[in-house]
Amino acid sequence: MTALAVTGLTKSFGGLRVTNGVDLTVASGERRLIIGPNGAGKTTLFNLITGELAPEAGTITLFGQDITRTPCRRRAHLGLARTYQIITLFPRDTILRNVELALLGLSGLRWNPLVGLDRQHHLASRAREALARVGLDHIADRALAETSYGERRRVEIAMAMAQNPRVLLLDEPFAGLSIDERRGVRESLAAIPREVTIVMIEHNMDVALDLADRITLLHFGEVVVEGTRAEVVADPRTREVYLGE
Amino acid sequence: MTLWLTLAVNSIAFGGLLFLLSAGFSLIFGLMRIPNLMHGSFFMLGAYFGVTLLAVGANFWVAALASALAMAIIGGGVERLLLRRLAGQELAQVLLTLGLSFVVSDLCLMIWTGDPWQPLAPSELRGVVRAGGMIFPLYRLAVVVIAVIVAVALWLMVDWTRLGAMIRAGVDDAPIARVVGIRVSRLFTLVFALGAALAAFAGVVGAPILSVYPGLDADMLPLALIVVILGGTGSLLGALVGSFLIGFLYNFGQARFPDLAYVILFLPMLIVLVVRPQGLFGRGGA
Amino acid sequence: MKGRSAASAGFGMLLGLATVPFWVGNSYYVDVASQILLFAVFALALNVLVGYGGLVSLGHAGLFAVSGYTAGLMLQAGFGHGAAAAGAVLVTLLASAVFAVLSLRSTGIGFLMITLALGQILWGIAYRWADLTNGDNGVSISTRPSPFGISLASAPSLYYATLVVFLVALAVMAAFERSPFGASLRGARDQARRMTALGYNVWLIRFLAFLFSGFWCSIAGLLYLYNKQFISPQVSALQASAEVLLMVISGGTATLLGPVAGATIVVITKYVVSAYVVRWNLVLGIIFVAIISFMPEGLVPGSVRIWGFAQRRWLARRATRKSLPGAPS
Repeated sequence: MTALAVTGLTKSFGGLRVTNGVDLTVASGERRLIIGPNGAGKTTLFNLITGELAPEAGTITLFGQDITRTPCRRRAHLGLARTYQIITLFPRDTILRNVELALLGLSGLRWNPLVGLDRQHHLASRAREALARVGLDHIADRALAETSYGERRRVEIAMAMAQNPRVLLLDEPFAGLSIDERRGVRESLAAIPREVTIVMIEHNMDVALDLADRITLLHFGEVVVEGTRAEVVADPRTREVYLGE
Repeated sequence: MTLWLTLAVNSIAFGGLLFLLSAGFSLIFGLMRIPNLMHGSFFMLGAYFGVTLLAVGANFWVAALASALAMAIIGGGVERLLLRRLAGQELAQVLLTLGLSFVVSDLCLMIWTGDPWQPLAPSELRGVVRAGGMIFPLYRLAVVVIAVIVAVALWLMVDWTRLGAMIRAGVDDAPIARVVGIRVSRLFTLVFALGAALAAFAGVVGAPILSVYPGLDADMLPLALIVVILGGTGSLLGALVGSFLIGFLYNFGQARFPDLAYVILFLPMLIVLVVRPQGLFGRGGA
Repeated sequence: MKGRSAASAGFGMLLGLATVPFWVGNSYYVDVASQILLFAVFALALNVLVGYGGLVSLGHAGLFAVSGYTAGLMLQAGFGHGAAAAGAVLVTLLASAVFAVLSLRSTGIGFLMITLALGQILWGIAYRWADLTNGDNGVSISTRPSPFGISLASAPSLYYATLVVFLVALAVMAAFERSPFGASLRGARDQARRMTALGYNVWLIRFLAFLFSGFWCSIAGLLYLYNKQFISPQVSALQASAEVLLMVISGGTATLLGPVAGATIVVITKYVVSAYVVRWNLVLGIIFVAIISFMPEGLVPGSVRIWGFAQRRWLARRATRKSLPGAPS
């Protein structure tokens, strides 16, 4: 069963073709790693998949459903979740409220102007559960401003997981973390059940390679190599991309 | 027929004045990404200043240039001392200029009272021109010529001098301009001062036609806004075309639909703002 | 301020508000008190967009005026108070919808300029379309409404009616702030792109917030008309939009009571200034410039910050003085 399929996806900014006819097929439950040098168009690919950017050409399907024209806000309801390369959390709120907002986005309750959000205990407890899964429930009531960078990365993951996604897009989840923090995030990711399909962009090879089933190498917006870890590592084009040119 | 022709001449003259007013506004908006809500204040304050100099016997052009210089100093001071403290917070800067416009408006009322001042045109430009059996006031034609001269001078400056190149770079992409060594902060001060000077000059030149009165700032600012929205921020050519367009719309609108004069003016601006907000505001927009 | 001290302060304020006609000198000042309350409602309405939504509008005086003018014109045309009020609310909601659809095409400065243009168009109509609005001469009404048969002709009775409306508005705003929808609006303010990816419809959230804001603007506009029994184009001018914005930013956008404090400050300052110093615009402008330059978060949070700092310094000084030999204890 194919969880996510992208065909011929193309996007330009002005004269620059950032995504050039990308084809990608990710099977359900797979852990796919997307690598490539800076500027390869990895984050743009994510933005196209989530709908934050509109493609010029190509299609995107989620579990067989064509979502190319589906507005971004609907895709979350269809089971797509993502984290961001640059942390984009809600700075004026607590960690708990951040996760609650992620849960609220999928609930009809978000339109309610009468009840108190603080009184929605079921929402709060689900949020605490999500935080527990990344080991942050002990500081759930702390203001985001008082948390460390590593903790914020884990909050991002908690928010994405709280949405119970079918496909999870992780954009450089290990960026800027210390060795201990990386271990924490790695454990959280490894604990994600196989029902969730994961597509991850990452530079940090030591941790990322472990988690990946298959790897896709992007360069200048195109898929250059794709295969299992062994295949990609052995492929001469991989060396070319990273060392040559 | 003569009515329309007279209206047409008045419109062209008014368009010339509008260009003098809007050119500075356009440069400020293009470079600093803020609509300078005290631009009308510079026009009015400059006009009052110039008219005062005229009343003590100064030569018309001396008064106009002295007023421009005075407003350049005030404008530069405002940018350097107040706006720069809010660098990067464009919304706050816009509100700051709004607050200052109230201050200037009341100060003018306090200093020059509520009576309108209407100086005579400079003696060499009084009188009329006869053409095709019709009579046109010489001064109005002169205003058009002045506007064209200033337009050419500005164009030469922007397209041919190093300063102009820096301004164009700043308008295109201020952060990158900084990276290549352009002192963008100083450029901001300079352009703001230049804009104020142009507005003041326009105020004095326009005084024989529009007179100077409390509320002149509130009358002129929306026009500058509309011209620049229509013509594009940071574009002198756009300001030129827009000015004459609005000059015509304003005069003919006032004559035909006095009740809806304001609506006629603002509607095209609204349409442009709504249809292409991103194209006009770049960084500052959506 | 937590718990008991907040509750007793709140009770004290409520008591003070409820007894205003008794301790305030004459009916002129009771009318001023009513105006403070109605402008507080107006400021709360604007704060929905500015504080919670992050959208600064310079055209809200237009909505305020639409309400007052609609009711005034309907009353002049012979309609009863109930119909006039309902008409005012409906027309203002319609205007708010138009404002929203046009201005939400943009955010930040674009939003500011579109709302400014819209406000100016309404002002232009009020000022120039004399056939409709009586232009500069304004619209006056001869009677105030009599809800449930109670006459509001006297200053104290109008004050109490305004107070009731204000308290209802405050309660509704408090509920709004704490609600999931309020949280969605603030989330859209802080991270619009992320909110969309989380499944929220950011445009619709802002649109509905605009209508909510417009509704309370219409209530404030009605209260204004009843208070002065007169409305003129000045009410919709750019200066009026700047004034209500000043109320919001001077009191602080982050708290519920901030706009209320701001309205109190601005209205009182306006009256004091007009009585002693002639030029209100000058003072308005200077205060505006000062607040923008030095306390962008508003007087209430700003002064809390400064007061807290001053308090800590004073306490620290007391502590060191006590520990010195020979110092009085």
